[in-house]
Amino acid sequence: MLNKSVSKKRKYYELAVKTMMSISAIVTTSLVVFLFLYVIVKGIPNISWELISTKPSYLSERIGILPDILNTVYIVIATLLIVLPLGVGAAIYLTEYATNKSMVMVIEYAAETLSGIPSIIYGLVGMLLFSNSMGTCIMAGALTLVIMNLPTIMRTTQESLKTVPQSYREGAFGLGAGKWRVVRTVVLPGCVDGVITGCILSVGRILGESAALLFTAGFAHALNGFAEGLTSPGATLTVALYVYAKEQGEFGVAFAIAAILMLLTLLINYAASCVQRYYEKRRSV
Amino acid sequence: MSNIISVKDMCLWYGEHQALTNVNIDIPGNSITAFIGPSGCGKSTFLKTLNRMNDLIPSVKITGDVKYNEVDIFSKDIDVNQLRKEIGMVFQKPNPFPMSIYDNIAYGPRTHGITKKVQLDEIVENALKDASIWDEVKDRLKKNALGLSGGQQQRLCIARALAVQPKVLLMDEPTSALDPISTSRIEELVMELKEKYTIVMVTHNMQQAVRVSDYTAFFLLGELVEFGKTDEVFSEPNDKRTEDYITGRFG
Repeated sequence: MLNKSVSKKRKYYELAVKTMMSISAIVTTSLVVFLFLYVIVKGIPNISWELISTKPSYLSERIGILPDILNTVYIVIATLLIVLPLGVGAAIYLTEYATNKSMVMVIEYAAETLSGIPSIIYGLVGMLLFSNSMGTCIMAGALTLVIMNLPTIMRTTQESLKTVPQSYREGAFGLGAGKWRVVRTVVLPGCVDGVITGCILSVGRILGESAALLFTAGFAHALNGFAEGLTSPGATLTVALYVYAKEQGEFGVAFAIAAILMLLTLLINYAASCVQRYYEKRRSV
Repeated sequence: MSNIISVKDMCLWYGEHQALTNVNIDIPGNSITAFIGPSGCGKSTFLKTLNRMNDLIPSVKITGDVKYNEVDIFSKDIDVNQLRKEIGMVFQKPNPFPMSIYDNIAYGPRTHGITKKVQLDEIVENALKDASIWDEVKDRLKKNALGLSGGQQQRLCIARALAVQPKVLLMDEPTSALDPISTSRIEELVMELKEKYTIVMVTHNMQQAVRVSDYTAFFLLGELVEFGKTDEVFSEPNDKRTEDYITGRFG
């Protein structure tokens, strides 16, 4: 029973497995840490007030990324303004109104598939659908991003609609509330966290998107106001990063942009987890 | 004694499964009627038919007549929201909305168009008093209702139902999720409420039916087996199956 050789064998086996796990853990973590530190170390020294507060000028041989920052902000705002009502509306329809279960399943499956498609394909389609008619501009880019982010917003909203207890709906119906009143006053307030989380995830995706925008939003670095900006071509931070690194060899600027994007992504992830924790806490009261 | 609800030859199906068969019953006004019977006998299903809560389940099909104050509740002219205002409901598990106590009570009146603060204040106070929970919550009306105990939550739900001034109150095992003390408070409350309202309650607890109700209906396998005055049903049941059930031979 208490055979020593067997237990010894088992011990070595345990040790081997444990070592392998530890190695993969160390490799994974160090890759992430290395990448992060590399970008930060190479990027931060290149960030200057002049860089982030001016537009590029060939006359004074200056590079400034203010237009790119603004373009990014414009595209985030424009995309969210369109995608939020669409995505939340679709989610409400699918969870609260639709009676045809098989249709709902097909749509959910389609949404899932859509979110797995490479972004460059969205870019290609966006170019044909939007840029060809309205010209290469921030708005065309935003519309393309709307299609890309629609599944995200829809799914996160739907998931959180499903967490609203059926008993709330029953209670409201039992008081003689109509469908829309039940949705507006009882169901929607319960899924705000899902909508916010979806929003934050989308902002992260928009910030990081480049392939789809290369096709649709253009490369210009002109300083524009919001309305004008939407209808003119413009590079977002990621596109500018590509252009500066690949076509102008300005690696300092590229790494500065990379560092800014990296920090923004960190911030966004942090915000998302804060929102989630806040609502979890509130729910458990 | 006038009947407020009268049901004739009602059948109900969940898809292919028949859950209720030929139910005939006349429920008298300003009284308490208890529905008893083993689990799955259709008593809750029947209760939910009376204010058309079963409409929420797409596969349900109903035949026969259900009349409330002589009006067919399945008629096209009936506004189902208006019907549910007249026939309120309290559920098995307390289900206050995740908002303040005040907003919970005001939800119904607001739904039906009352927006004046003075008027709402009065409705809220009266409803909470009628549900005998006013003294416990009057100092924290703005606090979240989910912070109340289970028994308080259930009385809050009763108050919420009373706030739309229904004529009938349907209660689906209102005490099954509560402790004995909360249960007896709710029973007392129900007996006070019958002065103003007609109460129909489903209960698993036969002592509760005896203590509280004036009339008892016994359901078995989707059929209404027996209906009559509570003391008669329990002392000399007409049907052998009723006798077996109330003497604890099954169920």
